[in-house]
This record gives sequence, structure tokens and C-alpha cells, in this order.
Amino acid sequence: MNVLLIKQWNLLLENDWLVPVLLIIGLGLSFAIPEYNLLSVYVQLILMYVGINIILAVSLNLVNGYMGEFSLAHAGFMAVGAYSSVLLTMKVLPVSDFPLLFPCAVLIGGLVAALFGMLVAIPSFKVRGDYLAIITLAFLMIVKSMIENIDFMGGPRGIPGIMRLTTLPWVFFWTVTLVWIVRNFVYSKYGRAVMAIREDEIASDLMSVNTKQVKFFAFMLSSFCAGIAGALFAHLLQFISPRIFDITKSTDILIMVYLGGIASLGGSILGATLYTVLLEILRPSTMAALLSWLPSFVFDPLQAQLINHLGTWRMVIMPLALILVMLYWPRGIMGLREFRGFIPRADKKAHSHNVHDRDVPYDNSDCR
Amino acid sequence: MTILIADKVGHQFGGLSAVTDFNLNLHYGDLMGIIGPNGAGKTTIFNLITGVYQASEGSIFFKGIEIVGKQPNQIAALRIGRTFQNIRLFRELSVLDNVRIAHYAQANYSLIEGLLHLGRYQKEEQRIINNSRQLLSIFKLEHVAGELAKNLPYGLQRRLEIARALAISPELLLLDEPAAGMNPHEIEELMVLIQWVRQEFKLTILLIEHQMKLVMGICERIQVLDFGETLAEGPPNMIQNHPKVLEAYLGEIPG
Repeated sequence: MNVLLIKQWNLLLENDWLVPVLLIIGLGLSFAIPEYNLLSVYVQLILMYVGINIILAVSLNLVNGYMGEFSLAHAGFMAVGAYSSVLLTMKVLPVSDFPLLFPCAVLIGGLVAALFGMLVAIPSFKVRGDYLAIITLAFLMIVKSMIENIDFMGGPRGIPGIMRLTTLPWVFFWTVTLVWIVRNFVYSKYGRAVMAIREDEIASDLMSVNTKQVKFFAFMLSSFCAGIAGALFAHLLQFISPRIFDITKSTDILIMVYLGGIASLGGSILGATLYTVLLEILRPSTMAALLSWLPSFVFDPLQAQLINHLGTWRMVIMPLALILVMLYWPRGIMGLREFRGFIPRADKKAHSHNVHDRDVPYDNSDCR
Repeated sequence: MTILIADKVGHQFGGLSAVTDFNLNLHYGDLMGIIGPNGAGKTTIFNLITGVYQASEGSIFFKGIEIVGKQPNQIAALRIGRTFQNIRLFRELSVLDNVRIAHYAQANYSLIEGLLHLGRYQKEEQRIINNSRQLLSIFKLEHVAGELAKNLPYGLQRRLEIARALAISPELLLLDEPAAGMNPHEIEELMVLIQWVRQEFKLTILLIEHQMKLVMGICERIQVLDFGETLAEGPPNMIQNHPKVLEAYLGEIPG
């Protein structure tokens, strides 16, 4: 009976319409939840942060996981996307009259970030590993101090009073679209070349891979995604300042990627979701709300002894969990593995071991 | 008809000259060997031909095109394939993907088509998969297509390297010590394989080797290097008895 159930389950996972059906349900829910208040405003907010963080983790994974470089610049790309889209919605585009201009502003934010991504791709032709990591760090510092010193971008005080245009359906749309595009990239000749560069750059060059072109594309796609995440983030938080996009933001994304697993889209989605949700659960108010069903003689001492101190300990517990994951699961939860549903059918079929659906036109009996 | 000409090629690392005045004339269909003691500059010559290093002197022509100054991937796209002395597979990728990656220059679709999986993407990918699986089956690797390259036993890794080099549909194949670490029985198999591959794919082959049995057994011409200089060139039986070669390999002959 059990075996039969597992078989059914595998069949379900293999099904081609599973992912589209889930997507349609998700899209419906993303409209229904805010419309009919199916979930509290707080939970809706967390769902939106989960979506934005998924975009960020997938974007960083392209560079850190698939390409094997180490980028600290992603908070910078986010900042570029956030600031350019905010300038558009606040000063240029009449968004309050035409709400559909918002996705255009987000898209332009992503494109501007992609231009900055090109700037980081150029040193990557010459420099690898730790040295490139230092360059990306320098890039982040340049972006930050540039914004701090430009007055019409708010300077160090930041820009308050941004319209709240990011909604659950938009977050859903961008998350799904960008994950789909990155997935397509990964399962194309470019994505395979990115992984080949990670494994052995010289060998891939000698196997006809145009390494400069591939790095260029990978950095641009990655920074494009980070820019879009930044634009969505700015129109959700309604306030941006250079301090939001500093190195701690980059490390947040790094943690999500390495927790979920390198070179895995499924891992990034899992990592971003886990990290965002766990950090929220560890807030005293959330934890208290979650445990309020306990009888008061259990709950009251728990609250006094533990829950009220969570605010202090939250930022110790999460990194500690990360250390444990790295020690016992060095590649993260899904490292170098992938959800079956993400792999294109032709790829799955080609990798199976005993496919004899084609006759080999060579007689190779004498060649062992 | 010559396919590859090296004309007075020289290369220095710092002040140390690794190759001096290297000349080579390779005809279509040749199977030629380069031998010489360790540090004689053999692998450097391969790196010069494939563009890993840029020759500091002289010029190299492939099918009449000057290739000094070109990027390795441009030279590979002109159809020069190679293997490596110490195996350099893409270790964390599947056997199939190792071969598919070498189709990069031939995969005829744009970035946009790749990002959307539309247009020529499906057809080209299917063609590459078919071609790769065919190569794997020729090299008896089809049953491990889904395994990671690093998990293959040594002998299969060597075969996979040759399969990957053939995936760029080379006209000239450079083999860098293909028999390194093989036992006599495996070397015999390899000799058969090299000759078979040459016939089947109509290749010109240039190989570096220490195993005299293999070089003397299959090469039609042999060039001997020592300290970056060419000592002798000719058919195997001439090389075997060449006094300078014996000196370089065995030390000075008394008397």
C-alpha cells in the first residue's frame, strides 16, 4: 500500500501540468488573499518579503553557486534598482493616475542595475575568487557613498514617503517570472557554460566556451534580478536610505543562498523562505502570538524567561543555526541538487542511463 | 595539404625560455607524436597552439589562418580539440553535460531564445543531446551519462576527455599524454581507439607521449624535443636509432 502511494506521489511530481497548476492556484491566491483578507496584514507582509528574498537568493546563487564566484555587491545592485525606480515613481512617472506604470518603473530599475552589473563583470575577466570578492565589496561601498553624496537622491537621510505600490500579486508575478528566466538560463548553453567556468575556466575556454561573454550575461542577469528585488523592496518598505543597502544586506542574501544550497534554484527558494520565516518567528511578539494557545501556567513563565529575551538572542540563534548547517551539511540543504519539476523534460530524459531509443549508426565493436 | 604550420615559434616564462625555434608541418590526416624528457616544452607547445599562452616569437597557422593572438575559445571554434595531461573534466557536472558544454560554439541560438526557451532553443538542444549521447555511446559511456564526472573510474575519465574533445567536431586533435597512468593492456586498447577515432572522424592527430610503445606503435612521424629545442624529426625507426635522441634519453654514450 505504501509503495503504491509513493509511486503515485512520484507520478504526480513527474507530471508536466503540476507546476502550471500550482502557478495558477498561486496567482489566484495572491489576488484573493489581500482582497478577502484571508491572512492577517502581518502575514501578507511576510509573504511579500519571502517573494523578494527568493528573487535575491536566486540572483545571488547564479554568481556564487553556479559560477562559483563570491559576490558581495548584491546589496549594491538592489540599491541601484531601488533608487532608480523610486526616482521614477516619485518624480517622473504619474503612477497615481496610471498604476500600470509601476511595473515599468520596476523593470527600468532592474535594467539600470544590469548596467551596473556590467561594470562588475569587466574585472571578473581578469580576477577570480577572493580578489573578485574584494572588488565586489569595493563596488558596494562606492554605490553606497555615491548615494550618500548625491543630494537629490536624499543623501544619507534617505527618501521617505514612497508610495506603497508593491502588492502581493506583483511580488508573485515578478518572483515567478524571474525564477523561470533564471531557470531557463541555467538549462541553456549559457548556464552550462557558467557551471563549466566554475569547474575549470581554462578547460571550458578550450572547449569553445566564450568565457567573457558568459560571465557578462551571468552578471547582468543576476544584477537585473537584484535590481528588481530592490525596486519591489523600496515600494514595500516606503522608505529607503543608503544604510539599508550596506554589507549586512549582502550577508543576509549570502546566508539564504548557503543555507538553501549552492547551484540549486529549489535550494534558494527553500533557503530564502526558511530564513525569512524563521527570523520572523523568533520575534518576541510573533512567538508569543504563536504560543498563546498554551495554558497560562505554561505560557506565563515561558514568556517571562524566554520569549521576552528573544529580541536579543534572535541574531545569535540564526547565525548559530547557519554554523550548524555548514558543519553538518556543507553544501546547504539542496546543494547541487534540484527539484525535479524545475528540470526540463529533455534534460531529464537525456540523463537517464538506459535509453536505447536510437540506433547508433556506428559499428563500434572493435573499439573498446 | 598542410593543416598546421608552426614557424620559428618561441616562448619565454620570465627569463626562462621554454620553447625556442619550434617548427612543425602537419598535413591533413597525419598522426604525429612529440616526445622528449620532462620539461622539454611539449605541453607548452600544446598551450601555444591552443591559445592558452601567446607565443612571444614566430607564428602559427591553422588551415591558413594565423592563430597567435586569438582567444582559446576562438581557436577551439576553428576546430582544434585537445585533452590534458592531468585530467581536467568538469568534475561536479554530469558526464553528458561535460560533452554538451563542448557544443557551446555550435549551439546556434541567442541569449533571448535561451532565456525564454523559445525559437531555435528546443531544436538545437535536442540536436546537441543526440550528438552528445552518440559520442558517449561510441566511447561506451552511455550507461554513466547521468553520473558526475568525478565519480568515474580513471580509465573512463580518460575516455570521457577524448569524447569531450571530439564534441567540438575538431579537425585537429591534440592528445596530451593520453596513456598516462595506464597499464600495458589499457595502452593497447588506447592505441586501437586512437586509430579508430582518426579513421572515423577523419582527424589529424598530434600527440605527446612518454610511453614509447604507444608512440612507436601508431605515430607515422615523431619529433623529439629537449630543453625547448628540436633534436630530431622523422619516422619511428629513424628516431629509435638517432644518436642525439639516445643521448637525451639515456645520457651520453661512451666511446
